[in-house]
Order: sequence, then C-alpha cells, then structure tokens
Amino acid sequence: MMAQIVFLPIIVQLLLAISLLFSWKWIKWQKIISNVGSVLSLVIAIWLFSTTWTEGTLTVQAGNWQAPFGISFVSDTFAATLVLLTAISGMAVSFFSVGTIMPARLKFGFLPIFHFLLLGLNGAFLTGDIFNLYVWFEIIIISSFVLITLGGEKTQIEGAIKYFTLNIFASVIFLTAIAVLYGLTGSLNMADLALKVAEIQNRGLVEVTAILFLIGFGIKAALFPLYFWLPASYHTPPPAVSAIFGGLLTKVGVYALIRVFTLIFVGDVFLGNIILVLAGLTLFSGALGALTQNNISKVFSYLIICHIGYMILGLGMYTEMAITGVVFYLIHDIIAKTNLFMIGGLIYRITGTYSMRDSGGLYAKYPLISLLIIIPFFSLVGVPPLSGFWAKLTLISESFKSGNYWLIAAILFATFITLFVIARIWAEVFWKESKPLPKLQNFRYFEKLKLEKKILIVGPIVFLTLISLYIGFGAEYIQRLATRVANELMDNQQYIQAVLGVNTTN
Amino acid sequence: MELLLAILIGLLYAAGLYMMLRRSLVKLIIGLILLGNGANLLIFLLGRITKGLPPIIPEESSVFTSAYADPVPQALILTAIVISFGLQSFAIILVKRAYKVVKTDDLDQMNSTDR
Repeated sequence: MMAQIVFLPIIVQLLLAISLLFSWKWIKWQKIISNVGSVLSLVIAIWLFSTTWTEGTLTVQAGNWQAPFGISFVSDTFAATLVLLTAISGMAVSFFSVGTIMPARLKFGFLPIFHFLLLGLNGAFLTGDIFNLYVWFEIIIISSFVLITLGGEKTQIEGAIKYFTLNIFASVIFLTAIAVLYGLTGSLNMADLALKVAEIQNRGLVEVTAILFLIGFGIKAALFPLYFWLPASYHTPPPAVSAIFGGLLTKVGVYALIRVFTLIFVGDVFLGNIILVLAGLTLFSGALGALTQNNISKVFSYLIICHIGYMILGLGMYTEMAITGVVFYLIHDIIAKTNLFMIGGLIYRITGTYSMRDSGGLYAKYPLISLLIIIPFFSLVGVPPLSGFWAKLTLISESFKSGNYWLIAAILFATFITLFVIARIWAEVFWKESKPLPKLQNFRYFEKLKLEKKILIVGPIVFLTLISLYIGFGAEYIQRLATRVANELMDNQQYIQAVLGVNTTN
Repeated sequence: MELLLAILIGLLYAAGLYMMLRRSLVKLIIGLILLGNGANLLIFLLGRITKGLPPIIPEESSVFTSAYADPVPQALILTAIVISFGLQSFAIILVKRAYKVVKTDDLDQMNSTDR
C-alpha cells in the first residue's frame, strides 16, 4: 500500500494545474494556490524520498496490470532524488514567478501551464515504461512551448520556432528509436527491455537503436553538435521561465540518457567512447560560446551546455565512481542553474538590461545582494568547499584513474572558462561604475518595488543558495546519496528485480 | 506489403527531412508532419503486420489458439497520432504568429536571437 505514494507527486501537480485552470480569472487565487501547492508538493517529494531511502525501490503497476504488460511506475533512489530536486526548484520558481511575471502573462494561464510542466517532469522521472516516458516528454515540451511563447514578443516567437522545431524533431527520433526497439524485443517496459536487449544476437542493430536514443535525448540534453537551439531560445522568455528550463528541462534529457544507458544499453565500449568524445567537445564548445557573449542570459545559456558535458562525461567512463560524480553534479547543477537564471532576472530588475557593458555599480548600490549572488557564482565554478567542487573532484580523479588525461584537460578548461566568465560578469556588472538606467515602458525597477515583491524576488534566491551551501558543506551526505544511486544504477539487476520480481511472486 | 511499407516510410522520412531543411516556415511544418507520419508507420511495420486476425480469444477457449495481430503498436500509434495532432495545431498557430510578428516566412531572416 505504501508504494502508492509513487503516484502522489504526479497527481498533486495534475490537481494543482486543473484547479488553477478553474480559477482562470482570479489571478490572486492562482498565485496563492500555486505557492501553497508547490510547498505541498515539496512535502510530498520529501515523503517519497525518505520512504524510498528507507524501504528501497518502490514499484506500482498502473491498473494492476502485471509488470511487462502494463505501465510500471518506479521510484528508485535516482528518480526520488530528482523528484525532490524538481519540487525544490519548482517551489523556488513558483514564488519567483509570482514576484516577477507580468500580470498580462499570468492572465493567459502562466501558472497552470507551469504546473503542467512540473507534472510532466515528475512523470518522466517516475515512469518505468519507455513509451510512457515519450508521452511525459511530450507533456513537458508542449507546456514548455506555451511558456516560451507566452507574451508573444518578437524575440520570443523567433526563439520559439527554433526551440519548437528541434524539440519535435528530437521526439520523432525518440519515437523512431522506440519503434525499432519494440520491433527487436516486443516489449516497452524498461526492466523487461534490459533483460531482452541483453539476449539479442544482432548487436549491430542494438547499437543503431542506442545511437538513435543518444541523438533523441542528446538534442534535449543539448549535447555537442545538437545544442544550437538552446542559446537561440533560452534567453528569450522571462527569467522565471528560463530558470525552470535551465534548471530542469535539459536535465530531463540527461536523466533519460543515464537511465537508458545504464539500464538497457549496458557496457558498450564503442558507445562509451562516442559519449566521451561528445562530452569533451560539449565542454569545449559551451565554454568558448560563453566567452563570446555579452548578454548575461546568453552567457548562462552557454554555461548550461558547457556543464552538461561534465555529466555526460561520467556516463561515458561508466565506472561506479564516475556515475557517483555525475549524480552529485546533477544534484548540484539543477539547484545552481535554476538559481543562476533567477539571479539574471534580479540583475535585470536592478539594472534594466541584460547587457554586461551597459550595466554596472550593483555592488555599490546593493552590497548585501551582491554578497548573496557571489555564493552561487562560486559554487558554480567549484570553489571549495562549495557544491560544484566535490563533483568535479570525483570526475577528475576518475578520469585520472582511467587514463583519459585529455578529459582532465577538458574539465579544467571548462572550469577555468566558467571562472573567467563569472569574474567578467562580476567586474562588469558589480564593480564597474554605475551607468544611467535605461528608460523602459511598463517596467518597475527593483528599488521602486513594494517590500512584498522584493521578498518574493530575493527570497527564492536565498532559499536555493542555502540549499547550494548545504550541498557543499553537507557533501558527506550528498556523497552517500550519490554513491547509493550509482550503486543502484550500475547494478541494474536491482531495478529489474524491483519491477519484475515482485509481480512474478504474487 | 512489408517491402512496400518500408519504401514508403523511407520516402516519408526523406521528404520530411528535406522539407525541414527548406527556408520556408510552412514547408517546415509539412516536413514535421511527414516525419511524424513516417514514425507512426514505422511502429506499425515493426509491430509485425498480421492480416485479418484480430486479437480476440474465441469463446470456447481461454487462450489464443492461432497467430493474432499485436494490439500494442496500434495503441502506441493512436497515442502518437493524438500527440502529434496537438503539436501540429500548435505549430500552425505559432507559424502564423511568427509570420505576423517577424513579417517574413524566410527562416534565414529569423536570426536575431542567434547572435
């Protein structure tokens, strides 16, 4: 009976979204429902996480159809961790968007769509069925399309066209991969697939299918040659939307890659090497892209791409230690990236521009806020003992052990460029003398906002910074969590047992 | 039949990709539609085509007595069609909006967010 709580994060978001749709005209109510609901979903995520932690992997078969035939929902430690992180950043962004999103956007259903997005994310993390994963992906992308276009500014529509095209293309490739996989095995349940794919003699065809999955998820995760839609679109919507996109949407792609390549397509050296090369190139090209930009939001977009490289790199090495590093980095990165885009929004509120050249003097005006911002900046770079450091340490030591010295070069290069870019933002936006504020229509600067709004903008940043600090200073606990996740991922028998084993006995 | 379908699917994928690479927005949508249809047919083909044998258990027995058509691919295609229908209607509205706001349907002119 306890296992039914696997559904709770999904159902709560669905009910939230529907009740928000019913209060379409009452924006005030929408704000309250969204905020209270996101706190509630955080409580539920914590409950699911602690239950999964103490009782091991939880499995529910939808409609009580036995495992390989029906749709399974599985909450192993990995999925539960990601649901928890989704709830944390979802809550922060919910408060932040109540503080920053224009009333015109809220009137056209920003908040319901936002909760539909969270619904899709929770579903994607918890499902144990590959076609169901496709459906959750579609829920995620259709809500993200609405979020990215809502407001209808010229840049938004242009960015949306690119975002839209490549995401649908990725979905078609994903669907093609599912079709081929179904043709090969006659199954869609991921645990069952793991057993059946291992038995297939025609390894060439399996490899082709794996490459199709790599391309489909690679576009969503913004891997090296497939990332061009990201910097063309992520800076166009309001910062609250960019925050949830930057924090979670690319990470769903990473999650799917990790899930598929640790469960179904296991131990393929050729594929591992491809992933390693892609990861290295992602690190290089993302870092170089970040160097060339002047728009803060675009710099952050390139940093997303760059840091995806770290996670994919560990997946390519495919040792337990490397996966531990990946999971640690994923935990750190979701919080850090969400926070980063919200900070971008705060900077825009204060200076009225995203351009580094045209802004300045933030430190002189708001020393406390500047000090707050420096913490996530440093943890992004990986200054010890902040959160980014521990994951990078694991990844570097693992590359050293496996003899991939060029990977260490790539990691250090990307870290150095991140440091450089952050230092440049600091020098330009914070330390430079202040410039005259541009006059904008329908825009209120931070200093003229009411105190309640100020709290709604700064509060979520403080909250995520505290979480970031906890990840850094409580690294021992996070490391223990990451080790357990890596252990479960490397030994895919545990997952298969949890999904198929229970049902064959009763 | 399988061969014919395989050739058709190949054509749909090729035409879809070609249309996506054109510069016109409308052709982009047509390309996406063709690709989606190709993927749906691929699921149908790879689920093995069985003619005239519905998956219905005869009244006098409790298991399937002969070969039967796999119902799962059909369910998958149905889901995929509904999803792609929604996405396509969104795409058409988005393209119309883009044409109104950016005042061009040439994808090469839409490069202000790339820089």
